[in-house]
Amino acid sequence: MRALVLRDLRLALRAGGGFGLGLAFLLIIVTLVPFGIGPDRALLGAVAPGILWVGALLAVLLSLDRIFALDHEDGSLPLLVTSPLPGEGIALAKAAAHWLTTGLPITLAAPVLGLLLDLAAPARLWLLLALALGTPALSMIGTFGAAVTLGVRRGGLLLSLLVLPLYMPVLIYGAELARRGAAGEAVTTPLLMLAGITLATLALLPFATALVLRVNLR
Amino acid sequence: MSIWEYANPKKFITTFGPWVMPLMVVAGVLLVVGLGWGFFLTPEAQNFGSTVKIIYIHVPSAFVAINAWIMMLVTSLVWLIRRHHVSALAARAAAPVGLVMTVIALVTGAIWGQPMWGTWWAWEPRLTSFLILFLFYLGYIALWSAVPEPETAADLTSAVCIVGSVFAVLSRYAVLFWAQGLHQGASLSVDRAEHVADVYWLPLMVSMAGFVALFVALVLMRTITEIRARRITALMARAERAEAVA
Repeated sequence: MRALVLRDLRLALRAGGGFGLGLAFLLIIVTLVPFGIGPDRALLGAVAPGILWVGALLAVLLSLDRIFALDHEDGSLPLLVTSPLPGEGIALAKAAAHWLTTGLPITLAAPVLGLLLDLAAPARLWLLLALALGTPALSMIGTFGAAVTLGVRRGGLLLSLLVLPLYMPVLIYGAELARRGAAGEAVTTPLLMLAGITLATLALLPFATALVLRVNLR
Repeated sequence: MSIWEYANPKKFITTFGPWVMPLMVVAGVLLVVGLGWGFFLTPEAQNFGSTVKIIYIHVPSAFVAINAWIMMLVTSLVWLIRRHHVSALAARAAAPVGLVMTVIALVTGAIWGQPMWGTWWAWEPRLTSFLILFLFYLGYIALWSAVPEPETAADLTSAVCIVGSVFAVLSRYAVLFWAQGLHQGASLSVDRAEHVADVYWLPLMVSMAGFVALFVALVLMRTITEIRARRITALMARAERAEAVA
């Protein structure tokens, strides 16, 4: 499993575009938003957590098709699935590699990008925490979606239609956690719910992903 | 004699095929009676005026929309566990009906909300949950039409339906947590005390029964159509093979 994660990381690094693209996308969103809603600092600071969350969601979404598509094209995916590693392990490893190449850089970069949107210092920390808790769930749900649309030609739009509704609970609790933390309100509920969703997703979705992988490679 | 006998496509068609037309008639009669009674023979509610009459479409369609998804969840589970094709096809048949019911509930809600709340749309738990349900229906139907092999499509949509159901419930509670309600509480519940007044309740029940009968009739009809369409495909494939051999 570790070998699979390392292999995916190496592929992402050497083939290029693994780490950088998601971040560049997020940067572009952060650049575009002030053009769209005007440079008012108070307004920008108020919407910044939401913008960064939605931006992170979309950046993750755009990189999802890389999870299985390349392996599917060059035929290494069937080899992986027939290997001694159970399908659930493959799903988890793939999600982990995806998180390390997109979720983690986004989480680390979001507070910095928050500076551009005039996000206050405590709010930046809360956003960091919320993204760190939420993005693993995004990667795992995305891995499931990528596995479902594996056999579909030009499945990008279908993938977003399937995956984005599943992202809603994470987005709601994640953005709420960042907002409440910044405003100094009670954060226990969103914090626990976000962590709970992430843990439950990591525990249960690998099984669904493995089922779907086996179906698609039948 | 067990319920699984009806999983045989032929048995399913011969048993339920004759039901479709009578069910349609029953649904038509119930809807005419329920809606006519509701529209013309009930008093106007205090504070609501005549706008209250849209309840006879709004509530039943919302009820059917949610229960259609639950039916799809059950049939998806049956497909994954027992692999009865009729079950998968019933789930497929129910989805567009559920989608239309969701749209009806959303649209009538907007039309009702405009005079009552002064807005067509509010980011409010119930409305938002229904919008999310609508998106789930869209994704589910899109997946069915995107995958050509029927067995694979049935497996994938079943998996999506089950995972989606869990996330739909999660979203429901997340949305409840996220925004405060504008929508009134449940119009109907098992607990009789929470109901709307009797004058409105009886016609509402009639049109509710009408919507349910309509849903069942449509799903049966669409399932039978799907079974026949699949049989045609199989027969054509067989004929092609026979030609290739000859």
